Amino acid sequence: MPDRSLLRDLPRLALLTLLGLLVLMPYIWMVAASLKPLDEIFRASLSLLPERFYAVENYGKVFAKVPVWRYLWNGVVVCGGILFFQLLFAVPAGYALAKLRFPGSGLAFGAVMLGLLVPYHVPALPLYVGFSQLGLLNSYTALIAPATISVFAIFLFRQFFKSLPDDLIHAARMDGLGEAEIVWRIVLPNAWPAATAFAIFSVVAHWNDLFWPLIVVNGPAHATPALGVLYFRSDEAGDDFGSLMAAAVLMTAPLVLAFLLAQRRFIEGIATTGLKG
Amino acid sequence: MSEATLALPAPRLSAGEALAGWMLTAPAALAFLLMLLAPTLATIALAFTDYELGAPALNWIGLENFAELLQDRGFAIALRNTILYVAIVAPTSVLGGLALAMLIEAGTRGRALFRAIFFLPVVSLPVAMAAAWQYLLHPTIGPLNAALRAVGVAGPNWLSSSDTVLISLAAIGVWENIGFNLVLFLAGLTAIPRELYAAAEVDGAARAWDRFRLVTWPLLGPTTLFVVTITMTRAVRVFDSVAVLTQGGPNKASEVLLYAMYEEGFTYFRLGYSAAITLVFLAIVLALVWLQTRVMERRIHYA
Amino acid sequence: MDGISIAGLGKGFGGAQVLRGVSLGVAAGEFVALLGPSGCGKSTLLRCIAGIERPDSGSIRIGGREVTGLRPSQRDVAMVFQSYALYPHLTVEENVAVPLAMRRLNAAQRLPLIGALLPGTRAARDSITRDVRGAAEALGLGPMLSRRPGQLSGGQRQRVALARAIVRRPAAFLMDEPLSNLDASLRVQTRREIVAIHKAAGVATVYVTHDQSEALTMADRVAVMQAGEILQIAPPAEIYADPQDLRVATFIGSPRINTLDAEADVDGVLRVAGQAVGMRVSGTGPMTLALRPEDLQLAGAGLPAMLEGVEFLGESLLVHLRHAALGTPLVLRLAPEDRETLPPEGEITLRFPFGRALVFNGLGRRVPVHALSPEATTLV
Repeated sequence: MPDRSLLRDLPRLALLTLLGLLVLMPYIWMVAASLKPLDEIFRASLSLLPERFYAVENYGKVFAKVPVWRYLWNGVVVCGGILFFQLLFAVPAGYALAKLRFPGSGLAFGAVMLGLLVPYHVPALPLYVGFSQLGLLNSYTALIAPATISVFAIFLFRQFFKSLPDDLIHAARMDGLGEAEIVWRIVLPNAWPAATAFAIFSVVAHWNDLFWPLIVVNGPAHATPALGVLYFRSDEAGDDFGSLMAAAVLMTAPLVLAFLLAQRRFIEGIATTGLKG
Repeated sequence: MSEATLALPAPRLSAGEALAGWMLTAPAALAFLLMLLAPTLATIALAFTDYELGAPALNWIGLENFAELLQDRGFAIALRNTILYVAIVAPTSVLGGLALAMLIEAGTRGRALFRAIFFLPVVSLPVAMAAAWQYLLHPTIGPLNAALRAVGVAGPNWLSSSDTVLISLAAIGVWENIGFNLVLFLAGLTAIPRELYAAAEVDGAARAWDRFRLVTWPLLGPTTLFVVTITMTRAVRVFDSVAVLTQGGPNKASEVLLYAMYEEGFTYFRLGYSAAITLVFLAIVLALVWLQTRVMERRIHYA
Repeated sequence: MDGISIAGLGKGFGGAQVLRGVSLGVAAGEFVALLGPSGCGKSTLLRCIAGIERPDSGSIRIGGREVTGLRPSQRDVAMVFQSYALYPHLTVEENVAVPLAMRRLNAAQRLPLIGALLPGTRAARDSITRDVRGAAEALGLGPMLSRRPGQLSGGQRQRVALARAIVRRPAAFLMDEPLSNLDASLRVQTRREIVAIHKAAGVATVYVTHDQSEALTMADRVAVMQAGEILQIAPPAEIYADPQDLRVATFIGSPRINTLDAEADVDGVLRVAGQAVGMRVSGTGPMTLALRPEDLQLAGAGLPAMLEGVEFLGESLLVHLRHAALGTPLVLRLAPEDRETLPPEGEITLRFPFGRALVFNGLGRRVPVHALSPEATTLV
């Protein structure tokens, strides 16, 4: 019943609040520890608020010891580069598979469906060997190139363009537009909703990915935020949980803030996009 | 006028359209070939060789890698742990996600807020959150054990004891997946027509359980199937938390498939052997998809 | 009394008042149509009777029992939804069986597998199957018992929804625009079947529709609703010929009833644009004279009107006119053979039978009329 009184709704809200707090526990303690000096953390008191406010020291240590901006910038370059190429390859291919009849289109679509079945961990070994042979380990190229082809993106855009009316394309042809112009002027402007949803999906996936960066990158120059936290943890922090939590907060913040600002789009992008796949 | 000129041209593919089709798919096809198809085939091929990084040559050794897998106690443990991990994470986060979705859907208040809270782990950097979990679960300074001490219980050494490490990782896995499942179930729930609940009430389904059995559960069927498969595939891929928190330890108690594959390939550089593990991983993922299609074919609700 | 009786029902959504103190009685075995434009509150009223919506005020009795606070399942009503609301995962037979299974089997007996082992389940299941087959047979659903709703046409789905309603003998049938999703020819056919089902079952029925032809052809009485109120409730012929409210008069009838602004002087003599029309009414001030298109007649003298066009409908002609002084549009219905009596264009004059003239006061309420000369049969 949608409109019941607050009083009758109270048990439900209380239960949800309790479960919500449970889920938020890691965040709460992460932030709390990042504000505390080490001796307070080691006393293991259950107080969330620091007795001595130590945020400046903890966060300061992270910025002093770790190229935070470098990691974040690497994250932006890698995610941006990946997204750029994914769209560049997938939008035209998705359109062609949805609206054009050409020999080989069946084969191409079969390849897409087959590709959907293969997790990205599977081609990792030969790709590593390849990049290693080309001397491209520790480079943006190695981080970006393997992700540039997203069969999921092709599939998503194909489904999306399928739902565009054929008459739109026919009308454009009748108006004298060439195939390239049709893609540029008719298809692309219409691809925005699918593109935003996919962009969020892609950025979240690659910002958070550890597996591939861990394989091809060694050292801070090209480390992504995920690697950055890992390095800081093993090199600098040790048991210095205060600054480790500060580093974790810093690297998690960009995506979490973006999520809080555009929750609906994020949820649509990640989960609902997942539903179609 | 001759017959030939009178006849209409047979409908055929226009050359322009075909050319455009090829041009537009060419970049994707090239990238697909280079970055997906060729390396995947190479992985399959590698699995039948003794290739090690830096070795001058490789030999075809047939099924030897797989024979070794069967003997390898470490691999057996990794396989067992992965299955155990999936067996805990998938049901818990699926049923938990469903329960949370129904709890949120049951009222209008706080929908967006709670949905956002439970979804937060999905967008949070897993490595960073693993560090937060490490602190939370720390045996001496961790808040969890501090709270347990406060009520007079000596908490275990969550991530460093072989008795609790897998269950701890699984708890983190549930925490990572439950919000994702919740959102999928919410989408499924909102797609159920309200009229069906009204009809069920008029038909005499007086209790909430009756309406759940009559309407919610069957109509969520396709969503549930999808959620189960996607959660299992996500759980089979468990890597980040293991890599950050335990490196498979202590004493292989948290060794899982992908981490074993990573270690063999990129720590010991035994690429052939690592490729064999990868194929086992791929086989499991494909089996899950196959299972999903089978179940879907057997019960199509809305033909 | 048996049947349904509703008193002073009020319901608001947010700020909007959807029902304003509605009272309605439906006798046992009676068929009442709730007729009104969309948004008038007719569906909300029906859902309040079913128990799907909870009214803010007022009371509802069904079958002599106070049900206002009860859940739908406790009210002993059956409902046909506009969308049919069939369970997509159940076969036709299972769909029709749901209301019986929910009542004749307890929770344990309904469990899969285990339920079948409990005492009494077998006998109850047999009785359910028998009744379901009976209801399905009555609606011609016999051959499709094992199909799912997704495999049925719109008309067949509609029958399944009907079968689910009639399979048990409820105290009341509630139908929410059950024909609105069918095509025109099927609608006319199903209309008669629903009437036949109602006759056979003899159960109090409330039927919501926005289609006046459905309401007028099917119902024993029609309740015309607008803006959350029942304006008039009466048998179809009376609703058409004797509307008590101007809104009822204009809502019922196609083409719409002709309305002319009129004025009653201190003696009650009615004038249209200054021209006396041969009637006296009770009351003075602004009035509305309403005349059905078929009640207007061509005559040598009377209301002056400009001819604007003629539409041929097959069985009749619609003549579009405009009152010469007021500019109000008028429609006149003629037999096709009367076309010759029409001038090709220009001004004509109209009369109407005294007994058919409907006059409403400034508030839209009907006022009685008296002919100025007692022997007159047609006026103006």
